[in-house]
Amino acid sequence: MKTLNNLKPGESGVVDRITADGALKRHFLDMGITKGVPVTMERIAPFGDPVAVRLRGYSLSLRREEAKKIVLVSGV
Amino acid sequence: MNKKKTVAIIGNPNSGKTTLFNRLTGSNQHVGNWPGVTVDRKTGHICHDGIGVDIVDLPGIYSLSPYTQEEIIAREYVLGDECDGILNIVDAANIERNLYLTLQLIALGLPMVVALGFMDDVRAQGVKVDCDKLSERLGVPVVPISAKKGENMHKLLDALVHHMKPPVKQPAYLHGVGAAIRRAADLLQPLPLRRCSLPFYAAKLLEGDKAMWERMDALGMPRTVRAELKSIADAMHSHANSTDNEMVLADALYDYIEEIARAAYQRPKAPKLTVTERIDRIALHRVWALPIFAFFMFLMFWCTFGPFGTLLGEGMEYLLQGLLSPAVRGALSAADAQGWLIGLVCDGVIGGVGGVLSFLPQIVILFFFLSILEDTGYLARVAFIMDTLLRRIGLSGKSFVPMLMGFGCTTPAVMAARTMENDSDRRMTIMLTPFMSCGAKLPVYALVAGALFKEHQGLVIISLYILGILVGVLAGFILKKTIFKDVSSGFVLELPTYRMPSFKGTVRGMWQKAKDFITKAGTIIFLMSVVIWLLQNFTPTLAVAQSSAESILGVIGTAIAPVFGPLGFGRWQESVALLTGLVAKEAVVSTMSVLYGAGGDSAVLSGLLGTVFTPLAGYSFLVFTLLYMPCMSAFATIRREMGGWRWAFGAAAFQTALAYLAALVIFQVGSFLF
Repeated sequence: MKTLNNLKPGESGVVDRITADGALKRHFLDMGITKGVPVTMERIAPFGDPVAVRLRGYSLSLRREEAKKIVLVSGV
Repeated sequence: MNKKKTVAIIGNPNSGKTTLFNRLTGSNQHVGNWPGVTVDRKTGHICHDGIGVDIVDLPGIYSLSPYTQEEIIAREYVLGDECDGILNIVDAANIERNLYLTLQLIALGLPMVVALGFMDDVRAQGVKVDCDKLSERLGVPVVPISAKKGENMHKLLDALVHHMKPPVKQPAYLHGVGAAIRRAADLLQPLPLRRCSLPFYAAKLLEGDKAMWERMDALGMPRTVRAELKSIADAMHSHANSTDNEMVLADALYDYIEEIARAAYQRPKAPKLTVTERIDRIALHRVWALPIFAFFMFLMFWCTFGPFGTLLGEGMEYLLQGLLSPAVRGALSAADAQGWLIGLVCDGVIGGVGGVLSFLPQIVILFFFLSILEDTGYLARVAFIMDTLLRRIGLSGKSFVPMLMGFGCTTPAVMAARTMENDSDRRMTIMLTPFMSCGAKLPVYALVAGALFKEHQGLVIISLYILGILVGVLAGFILKKTIFKDVSSGFVLELPTYRMPSFKGTVRGMWQKAKDFITKAGTIIFLMSVVIWLLQNFTPTLAVAQSSAESILGVIGTAIAPVFGPLGFGRWQESVALLTGLVAKEAVVSTMSVLYGAGGDSAVLSGLLGTVFTPLAGYSFLVFTLLYMPCMSAFATIRREMGGWRWAFGAAAFQTALAYLAALVIFQVGSFLF
């Protein structure tokens, strides 16, 4: 299962589903992380975590722990 | 029937909402508090074509979900009766995510105008926006603006005053979602709810929003309606081949938005790299990010607490203590005032309040930097860079700036925590900041370490700074395991577009912070100054005290002195010195000087301390000084920022208890070892 956390800087993927619950899931949805949206890994913070991704024309940072809860469409 | 309209201005964080609010209302603003929380409630007034409109600035939010404090405030406000209309500001350069909130607002059915901001950014990227098409698809008027340049403000005012109409239609969401919302809204008709907002209630119920279901039950929603709503909700997700209506709804909204954006936005084939992306390539570079960040932090710290800030602070002190105090003293003597009154006014009030006002220049400078950090968008990057280090103690990256400022002065540092959205993170940061050894504690370290450790004094002082950080880390663990244990603060944070801060906005922000500090903290400090002066100058029988030992403070000091026995400093002088340290930490030095009869001569005092303290007891005393509750200025600020005495006293008790424990362990273990 490929998640957002597996992307290297410069790589892109398409969101398949979210495995988070409650407030975090809600926050993901509110920030535009929905099924079918393309995301690009922009960069990794100096200490290796969190990461910054680009989607819907803006940059979003999230922890690796959180990025693991965003499953990408495999084979893209 | 001529009730003045109240319009709420609402939009995403970083959408230029504050700039627009300031632009519209000018100086016609009032800053208050939302009931029960520490989020500012700003209201303003505009008058256009002879018609007055009140504007309420709601906190910046991404959605009307009931999760963050800001979202709850905004949601309750727009569902309430006070709100007659909505001015929704949308960042044209970030249209998809911004319209997500817009669609939720449209569901409220209230008269509405969309202000499409940052049009120049969009044009710079070579993007063409068809506002008419956008307006037609959304069913509400859309006015393109540039709040910074004041572009189209007149048009926006016209729209606000004359053309505010309810949305002409509700969006027809695909995959049966639109139909389900319509059916659910119809079912809600009999309930005592604002009719035009039924689509909003319906959508939230279908989504499974618990707070909303409870609200409906409280309003007496009939069982049959409840059951029917449930079956619509079930049908909705089985239709979408999913198990989760929250996702189904979000998908439907974003699908709709993507279609609107495709219709109204004409993007260039090969998009240019934006300025923000170019800056971030350097500012967030894996190698360069840290040195760049360290440089900015150093610059900020140095300007605030370095020679420049200190000079201004001393200037302020001179104005109050050197000029105002003698002048008042002279005037009172000339008017034949009693000695105690002169003392109270000059030493108690001017001394106490003045001592705190001398922080004002540093607060103003710090907030100048903070507002630039925040307005440019760099503050979010600070959080991005520092998050990993701080999350280990249960904080988030945004705590870094307040913590760093804590090494200068706790008072502005606690105020700096305002930039944190998450309430628990903010509270925890406020409680931990005082452990960062502030500048006023340094004279105490210098005195005691100089007297007792001579050639090793530098080492001793550094060890105290490190100890403060370690205790902060430990306290973080304790707090995370006890009071704040249920909070798993995520770190999903927008890295906003870099923007040039406006001079006017920065100055306005600084002025508001300064005013806030003077009025809110000032009143409490005034009272505390008076009380402490009285305690210092009167005996328990309310006669004028001849020496500090017989004053109420001296008596209290003598009474509590045995408590400090196990820590190694059980004499009343130290207890009284620690008590006066509550006025300002550096007062510990002057009090000891007076009580030991050194008459302000530091060499004499140093020699005397060498005879009454063992090095171990001295170190224990310094550890206690480092960790116990902060001075009253910081205490008053903590009360203000935490929103209540309970929190402030709780924090103070927690800090003092930790201080006692740390000093006890050091003295007892030390005595055993040496």
